[in-house]
Formats: sequence, structure tokens, C-alpha cells
Amino acid sequence: MSIIEAKNLSFTYGLKTPFEKKAVDNISLSVNEGEVIGLIGHTGSGKSTFVQMLNGLIKPTSGQVLLEGADIWSKPKEIRKIRFKVGMVFQYPEHQLFDETVYKDISFGPRNKGLSESEIDDTVKKAAKFVGLSDELLKQSPFDLSGGEKRRAAIAGVIAMDPDVLVLDEPTAGLDPKGRDLLLSQIMQYHRERKNTIFFVSHSMEDIARVADRVMVMSKGRLEMFDTPKKVFACADKLESIGLRVPEITKIMLTLKDKGYDVSDSILTVEQAFTEVVSLLKKEGKL
Amino acid sequence: MIRDVALGQFIPGKGIVHRTDPRVKIILLIAFITLIFCAFNFVSLAVVTAGIITTLALSEVSFKLYFKSLKVIIFIVIITSVLNMFYGTGDPIWQFGILKLTMSGIYRAVFVSIRIVLLILISSCLTFTTSPTDLTDAIERLMKPLKVFHIKVHEIAMMMTIALRFVPTLLEETDKIMSAQKARGADMDSGGLIKKVKAMTPVLIPLFVSAFRRAYDLAMAMECRCYQGGDGRTRMKTLHIKKLDVFCIIFAALILAGVVLCDIFITPII
Repeated sequence: MSIIEAKNLSFTYGLKTPFEKKAVDNISLSVNEGEVIGLIGHTGSGKSTFVQMLNGLIKPTSGQVLLEGADIWSKPKEIRKIRFKVGMVFQYPEHQLFDETVYKDISFGPRNKGLSESEIDDTVKKAAKFVGLSDELLKQSPFDLSGGEKRRAAIAGVIAMDPDVLVLDEPTAGLDPKGRDLLLSQIMQYHRERKNTIFFVSHSMEDIARVADRVMVMSKGRLEMFDTPKKVFACADKLESIGLRVPEITKIMLTLKDKGYDVSDSILTVEQAFTEVVSLLKKEGKL
Repeated sequence: MIRDVALGQFIPGKGIVHRTDPRVKIILLIAFITLIFCAFNFVSLAVVTAGIITTLALSEVSFKLYFKSLKVIIFIVIITSVLNMFYGTGDPIWQFGILKLTMSGIYRAVFVSIRIVLLILISSCLTFTTSPTDLTDAIERLMKPLKVFHIKVHEIAMMMTIALRFVPTLLEETDKIMSAQKARGADMDSGGLIKKVKAMTPVLIPLFVSAFRRAYDLAMAMECRCYQGGDGRTRMKTLHIKKLDVFCIIFAALILAGVVLCDIFITPII
């Protein structure tokens, strides 16, 4: 069943001024419940604008966003309700932390949602557990945490609202490789348990290849491709022509194939590449 | 949005006013402001207005932008002129209780509103045509004599440069933080004044934190480049008075002479 749908969605910045710029151009797509959608595109391709329309932070200049079949802007006064259903984690979300303790900060969203104290306590503790924040840390000031912990606290603040659709705008940007892997696996663990829909904006093709069920490729405000990672990353030439690239490992396998080795062109992870190369070597009797 | 405010925005260009020395522009601005308040009758006011309109026309900035900068102060103009209308002396034309409408009051109101409008127009002309760095450069040079009184002119100018540089950055940051808190269900548009002020806490605290972080980073970067204040510092761009600047000064002097003559020979209205 489709949970969120875009219909001819467009947005123009600075409408009717000399600085008019079309950021999102006529995008239509439908996303099923429980899918993980990867969103890639060059800087300025309209990714951020697009995802901000999903929870009504930006009102489209034309077209509609349908959440469970209903236009989110049908009652403009109740747009806040949409924000609890479509949670949004911005880039560098740790810059939004403000309260005295991590616990209070995470509870900001659920409190705005109007939950009772006991419900808030429940949801905050659950969210903290998903991102691996200990009870100890919850009592501390968010400003005393390390960079990675701050990031996870901020993400917990959105998870605590228990949204059906979760949008993550480059959640791993600026983290060290270890922190990145940890955060990514925590988000996926959360996804498996909660079974919600996730939009995942990233510049890391490796991350996208690892987690996404389908990939949106945006360029100059338009939706260039929307398909499974295998099919999208098989079009290496097209991706490179719009300034993107395929995961390193895919690139290696494509080069091998160019050199005449019989390997698949839809390898996305190092593990897949390993099995592929081993089976090739076995077939040729070299192993 | 906050960004739409036209007041105090630099519009790059290559016109006559853009090329004039920023020091000359600042001095002429002060001269014009003085003139605006020295015009006591309609003829001299017309002379100042003509001078200012000419400057605006030469600035090669569209009049639309000037109108936009006036939009911000329209309320101030209305309120002050209404107040002034009832402050005049002489025979009342119309009376309601203690409110007395007089001819001199009406004149006063007209003068005050024209003066405010001219003030904003000519000041906008300076900020539209002068980049913030040029502006602070010029202020630093003009305030140099104050060093005699142990005033740290260079430090003040540097603070102004940095402050101006960070205005757009902080605006963008505010926008971003507001969106992030709205995404967490913050309600910033409804409720009374107290509720609205309270709703700003989640925006203001992260904004302060980020301002401090930026200040710290900037201080570090400046120190890494051996910044040590104004002593012994030379400039890449030194300012020189050119022919164009002399022309501008003569133009302003003519307007000044015109206003003074009109003031002397024509009876003042206010």
C-alpha cells in the first residue's frame, strides 16, 4: 500500500522576483509502506526542498503531497499534525539541541504532540535505546556530549515522535567511519522493529547501496531515476553525466567487466563482490 | 521572510555612486542629513529633494528597491506625521476636545514625513552602493583622529566588519533552526505574546550556541593567520581621492549653497 505520494510536485523559490529559481520540477512518485528510499543528487539538485515538502515545512507552488491518500495541505491550519506523522531529521541535527538535559530535549517533540507524562517517558526511553544512549547520558546537558552522541540524541528527538515516515537528511555527515557505521546500523535496526517508511538523503553511495530498497536520483530539480539500487547503479555513465558516481566497489567490478572478466555489473557491497570474485576464480579453476 | 527586507543590503554595480570613494560618500551622507534638517521652507526642501533624487538616479539601483526600503518605515512616517499634525500653534482649523488641527501643524506633518523619507532614501543609497567592507574601511579611516583619545579605532572597525559579515549567516541559521524545531512540532505561530516569546527559546538557545561556536572558530582562524590588531597592519586597497570624488563634493557643495541661500532669503515655514 502506498503511504506517501507526490503528484506533479513543483516548488519555485522567490516566485515573481528576479531571483526566481525552480528547485523542484514536476516530481511524481509513490512510496510503499515500510520501504527505505535512498535519495541522491548533486548539491543544489532540490533534494532538501523535496523532502521538506513531505512534512509541510515548504508549501509546494503546484502539485500535491498525499499522505495515506489525503492531501497534507487540505487543512492548512492542521499542518502541524502532519509533522508528527512525517518526522524529519535535518542536516547536522545536533545544532537544534537546546534543553537542559538530553531527556528533556528528546521529550520536546512528544510533548508538542500532546502525549501524557507517562507516555512521554515511555517514548523517550524507547527512542534513546534505539540510538544507544544510556540512562546516564539522558541526565546530562546535551552540550556536554561528544559529537556523535549529540547527533544520536538529536535523531532520538525525532524518533520519539514515533513518525510513520522518517526523513533523514544526511544523518551520517561529518561523523567518523566508526560512528557512521554504528548510526546506520542503529537506524536500520529501528526500521526493522518499527517497520516504518524511511527517506534517506545521502552523498555516500556506499550507504545508499547498503540500506535502500529503491533509489531516487535527482538532478536540477527533476527526478532522473527511481528504481532499485541494482538498476540505478548499473547506469554508471548516466550517473556520472549528472555529477554523481556509483559505489567504489561497483566501479571496481564494472572495470573488471570492461577488462573482459565475467562478473555481474550490479554488485553493491564488498561482501557481494567477494562472493562474486571467489565464484569466478573457482569457475576458472584458480582457487 | 526575514530575508526579504531591503534595508541595508549591498547591490553590486559599477555606476558613478558605486565608484565614489566610500569616505566621501559617508561625509556627503552626513552633509545631506544635516541639510535635510536645515531646510525650513518648501523651496529649500525642494532643493535638497532634487539633490537626493539626482543621487538616487545616478546610483543605478532600481527605484523599486528604494520603495521596498521605505515599506519598513511607513508606520513610523504615519505615526509621527499624525502626532505632528496636532502639535501646531495658531488658529485651529478643526477642533475635537483637546485635539487641535492647525495650518502650522499640517505643514509640520508634511515636513516631518518628507524628511524621514529623504533620510531613509539617502541612507539606503549609501548601503546599496557600498559594500560592507568598504564601508567599515572608510569608517576606520574617518575615525583615525580619535586615536588621540586612545579609542581603538581599528578594533571597532574590525568588530563592525565581522558583525556585518555574519548577519546573513545568522539569518540563514535562524531559518534552519526554526524549520528543525517546527519539524519537531514546535508551534510558533499561534497563541498570545507570552506563548510566542516562550516558543522562541528552542530557537534562540541553539542560535546563541552556534554564534559562540562560530566566534570561537573565527578567532582561532584569525590567530592562525597571525592577526594582532591594527598595529603595523598595511592595506591591500588604499583609498585615494579621484576626480570623480571631487565632482561629488562640488555637487554637494552646490546643493548646500542652494539650501543656505533659500533659507536666508525665503521666510521659514516651520
